[in-house]
Amino acid sequence: MYVAVKGGERAIDNAHRLLAEDRRGKTSTPDLTVDQIREQMKLAVDRVMTEGSVYDPDLAALALKQARGDMIEAIFLVRAYRTTLARFGSSLPVETGSMKIDRRISAAFKDVPGGQILGPTFDYTHRLIDFKLAADGGDPEEAISMDDAMPQARHVLDLLAGEGLVETPEASQDQAPPGDITRTPVEFPMDRSTRLQSLARGDEGFLLALGYSTQRGYARTHPFAGEIRVGRVAVEFQPEELGFPIQIGEMEMTECNMINQFQGSKTVPPQFTRGYGIALGHGERKAMAMALVDRSLRAGELGEERTAPSQDEEFVLSHCDNVQATGFVEHLKLPHYVDFQSELNLVRKMRRQVEDGIAFAGKEAAE
Amino acid sequence: MSTETQDDGLEYNFAYLDEQTKRMIRRALLKAVAVPGYQVPFAGREMPMPYGWGTGGIQVTASILEPDDVLKVIDQGADDTTNAVSIRKFFQRVAGVATTEKTEGATLIQTRHRIPEMPLHEGQILVYQVPIPEPLRFLEPRETETRKMHALEEYGLMHVKLYEDIARHGHIATTYAYPVKVNDRYIMDPSPTPKFDNPKMNRCAALQLFGAGREKRIYAVPPYTDVVSLDFEDHPFEIQAWDNPCSLCGETNSFLDEVIMDDQGTRMFVCSDTDHCTTRQQQGYQGPGQEAAE
Ligand SMILES: [Zn+2]
Repeated sequence: MYVAVKGGERAIDNAHRLLAEDRRGKTSTPDLTVDQIREQMKLAVDRVMTEGSVYDPDLAALALKQARGDMIEAIFLVRAYRTTLARFGSSLPVETGSMKIDRRISAAFKDVPGGQILGPTFDYTHRLIDFKLAADGGDPEEAISMDDAMPQARHVLDLLAGEGLVETPEASQDQAPPGDITRTPVEFPMDRSTRLQSLARGDEGFLLALGYSTQRGYARTHPFAGEIRVGRVAVEFQPEELGFPIQIGEMEMTECNMINQFQGSKTVPPQFTRGYGIALGHGERKAMAMALVDRSLRAGELGEERTAPSQDEEFVLSHCDNVQATGFVEHLKLPHYVDFQSELNLVRKMRRQVEDGIAFAGKEAAE
Repeated sequence: MSTETQDDGLEYNFAYLDEQTKRMIRRALLKAVAVPGYQVPFAGREMPMPYGWGTGGIQVTASILEPDDVLKVIDQGADDTTNAVSIRKFFQRVAGVATTEKTEGATLIQTRHRIPEMPLHEGQILVYQVPIPEPLRFLEPRETETRKMHALEEYGLMHVKLYEDIARHGHIATTYAYPVKVNDRYIMDPSPTPKFDNPKMNRCAALQLFGAGREKRIYAVPPYTDVVSLDFEDHPFEIQAWDNPCSLCGETNSFLDEVIMDDQGTRMFVCSDTDHCTTRQQQGYQGPGQEAAE
């Protein structure tokens, strides 16, 4: 005899307990500390901060622990926490040109004022599993310090802008207060500041694939990595009653300026255009992919024909948020049996019609 | 509103959202009520549940909930489906309101995919969870285009789609999220409720509110508003019908779920609205399944 399934509440409670158990794993293995995650899983922490839109390494590390290493789950936790935070105001725009640099490279020039600074990078490592790390890697050799103070250097693109070879970002936009996609519903077409904000919290994998597609001919933009810089920037806030800005902290950021060829138009002579990418912490892949997609999305503004997915603002920006995407994809796990029942009835009805039709046709043929 | 301190020591504002956010959502709701069927953009917040799991409905409920409300939450017509349990628990925890499974006794009902069988009465509010608020979305994926189509009342595409169904199948092949016209103006998505429920929306005594969290849209049907399912004169709108009554309560006029009983594929049909079914059984009604069991 069928009895309506009761006990959803107990099932949920028990699922939560099982989850907690699984998260901890074997208790004979020491519990992972938030400090360990923050210090040794830094790039994961940085991605959670970027896509979670909160600069708080401790919080991101804790979210990663709670999420059992699932990036999107951790990003979701951070986002949900972020919504509850009070807002005191907006900082002044951070001056990435005055960044205290850890790493800074330009693929466009052999040498630039301030120099090429490799910094901590996987780039020239051989990707061989280091089994020493599994044994007890011990402490790494100390790096040779090139310079005691973290260097500062002007943006590479500023050097070209003087000659008019590369566009300068419109000053008018700098004055406008930036949009806030977490406080106002998005509308298309989006202004560039709002668009950059969407891309900055957009999914790294999604933007990577889209950026990659532009390199393979879907809206080719002829990119050069004009400059990638990683380092610490000062965050300044100007309280209304004070009248001058005060530094309230420092953030580590990664910035990418792509340089892209531009044929020019009726009003603008040929020059290089920019694609811009930025991430909290150290996130070069994200910043580069974002810069490629940003440039691609400027097709309309630059009078280029829109033919590829990466140029389609609604397509890119409506689908780049992984918290939204995962929620909607995974909601398919929720019961849909009312809708399925409706479809089941419909398919049965249509099959009956087809069978009747076949039977009728067969009868006619026999006669 | 007071701040509630929970067992786990966390503090939330009454019904989780801060008052400023509630005001923002209530303003969107007022606009939605003033223009029935029109999708009002709102600055949806990130909720502690995933997008697609009812965040729109939850934000609407949270914005209008009052301490003396009696809340009912259903999913697929049932109070005991896991996500309904989870949402009900959320509001018990952050608002401490009374909850019920009785349709009649609820002041506010949050639902996913169904409208209760029992007619709603004045003063009640039905809050729908909506995944894709745009009824034209699957005909035109671009928001910039669909907003224009609504503004110009340019609904030819929808009629063509329905007509093509008839040309191909001899009937309209849409069984849920069946488009309606509200107050003779806007075409509206009724949320993925079965078309069986569409007639209940028409001139309903209760206020119907729709929240789409991921898509950040709110819309509404005020009490006693005309809600007409799209159709053609020679192909009038029809609702689903079943060959059998409910196995448990014998109801012949409710939406039935098909339940597979064993590996041989034996089926039984029972009311999807669990409150409706149990109420009828308590009143002494019996279905063929019950009689056979005796
Ligand atoms: Zn029944």
